[in-house]
Amino acid sequence: MTAPPPVALAALARGLAERSYAAGSLVELALERAARAQSGLNALITLAPERARVDARRAHQHLASGTAGPLAGIPFAHKDLFCTRGLATSCGSRMLHGFVPPYDATVVERLDGAGAVCIGKANMDEFAMGSSNEHSHYGPVRNPWDPGRVPGGSSGGSAALVAAGVVPFATGSDTGGSVRQPAAFCGITGIKPTYGRVSRWGMVAFASSLDQAGVLARSAADCALVLSVLAGHDPRDATSVDRPVDDYVGALAEGVAGRRIGVVRQYFGAGVDAGVATAVRGALAVLERAGARLVDVDLPSLEESIAAYYVIAPAEASSNLARYDGVRYGHRCADPRDLADLYSRSRAEGFGPEVQRRILVGTYVLSAGYYDAYYGRAQRVRRLIAQDFARAFAEVDLLAGPTAPTTALPLGSSDADPAALYAADVNTVAVNLAGLPGISVPAGFVGGLPVGLQLVAPAFAESRLLAAGHALQQGSDWHRATPAAHWYG
Amino acid sequence: MIDDTTLDHLGRLARLAIDPAARPRLAADLDRILGLFERLKALPLEGVAPLAHPHEQCASLRPDAVTDAGGVDALLALAPESQGGYYLVPKVIE
Repeated sequence: MTAPPPVALAALARGLAERSYAAGSLVELALERAARAQSGLNALITLAPERARVDARRAHQHLASGTAGPLAGIPFAHKDLFCTRGLATSCGSRMLHGFVPPYDATVVERLDGAGAVCIGKANMDEFAMGSSNEHSHYGPVRNPWDPGRVPGGSSGGSAALVAAGVVPFATGSDTGGSVRQPAAFCGITGIKPTYGRVSRWGMVAFASSLDQAGVLARSAADCALVLSVLAGHDPRDATSVDRPVDDYVGALAEGVAGRRIGVVRQYFGAGVDAGVATAVRGALAVLERAGARLVDVDLPSLEESIAAYYVIAPAEASSNLARYDGVRYGHRCADPRDLADLYSRSRAEGFGPEVQRRILVGTYVLSAGYYDAYYGRAQRVRRLIAQDFARAFAEVDLLAGPTAPTTALPLGSSDADPAALYAADVNTVAVNLAGLPGISVPAGFVGGLPVGLQLVAPAFAESRLLAAGHALQQGSDWHRATPAAHWYG
Repeated sequence: MIDDTTLDHLGRLARLAIDPAARPRLAADLDRILGLFERLKALPLEGVAPLAHPHEQCASLRPDAVTDAGGVDALLALAPESQGGYYLVPKVIE
């Protein structure tokens, strides 16, 4: 068959349903592209051809019998932090190298139930800690737009696979921007739903009050289709919210006419590249032409969000990652002298430098004598940030700004000073602190590299975000641009 | 300022054996990161209640029933070392 161009997910699903092509051939194409792309991008940790072929045959049968789910036969990749029964789940870490979960995450179950075919597990920053995908035990992922640059992180493998045309969508997770920022750096669309909208069950935990599963795809419409499958209550995740799921696909047509979009002054603050700011204002002008009204908005507490986030996230991580003790699963050191040696050496050997730094920072801010000065104060700032958003949403329907202050950075930029890389998360982390949904949509290019526009909505207003992203993509073609390193055949 | 004593203390609390060769760089990195937090100390936060969780919802309750029993062998198979249905660790009682 001729390789299909990067067409919309709904069109691919229709093509499969109408037998324009077989589920198996689409999956074979993705497997072939994945294999060809691997040496250039290093975007996958595990390729699972046999499993994918079995799933493709099953999808084919369901399509033939008219019992197919909405994504039957569509190939995709899971970020390697979703537990997949029988398929290695490393979380990008030596600690979980070779770990084969005995159960599926809810996200995995749901996509499986919809008939989607997982071709493999995407590379990522170790334990989702990073914004460049350079902190992986399996080596850095490269950006399809420029292989000398990072794809963003931590869902960098997922973003690179979608941008390079290997798969039409991939799963990701977003604790402080890990779906939105790589989507921006790779010129694709990425949505981080409201905290609690998608189950975290079976998703390896980093910071449990911030983590949320998300979707990376080529368009808002594609994200809407996948999110419709993922969203919903799951009693196995105590923080999963029991409320009806909106019709995300149906709401796409709502557009942005009459919507008030708050352009957040702090999102354009110091450190934001002038070219990025100009591109984002250009994308906002497209939304204005589609009927949105732009108003300036202040979120004064945003300036404290980096400090609050980098106290709270490592604090939760230091607690969550205590489970890796070399006893029940994961890496275990050789010839431990005693139990203390077993714990501390297994952890030192299993965790990479960035994870160790964050565990130690988290341990420090939670330790006796420092708890109130750091963790207690960060939680108070968290409330101020949530209150800022609530005040803004009393006046506007959506908030907007650049997803990241720059385009993708060259590989190795963050080696000298990890704190400098943390500061670049300034436009994304507050959304997680407040538990809100956010989306990054392509907003043009600077120097040949993609720029992302971030839109933020009130809790559970994902359909509003997706409709706005769709409106932008109806009035622009940035999301259709393809990078130099693509494998469309 | 993160000195050797503090690093030793943190390594003990976190059960993390810190590579001696990595100590100077690690201490400098931690200093830079903790430097980001200094601004928190200067903020007027009196009367602001801490927010631990985005939605402040009550954790949902579920029946106190066993739902995933029977997976003992599968879970033990993940252990680096096990014997007779138990995890193996170095001897802790002399």
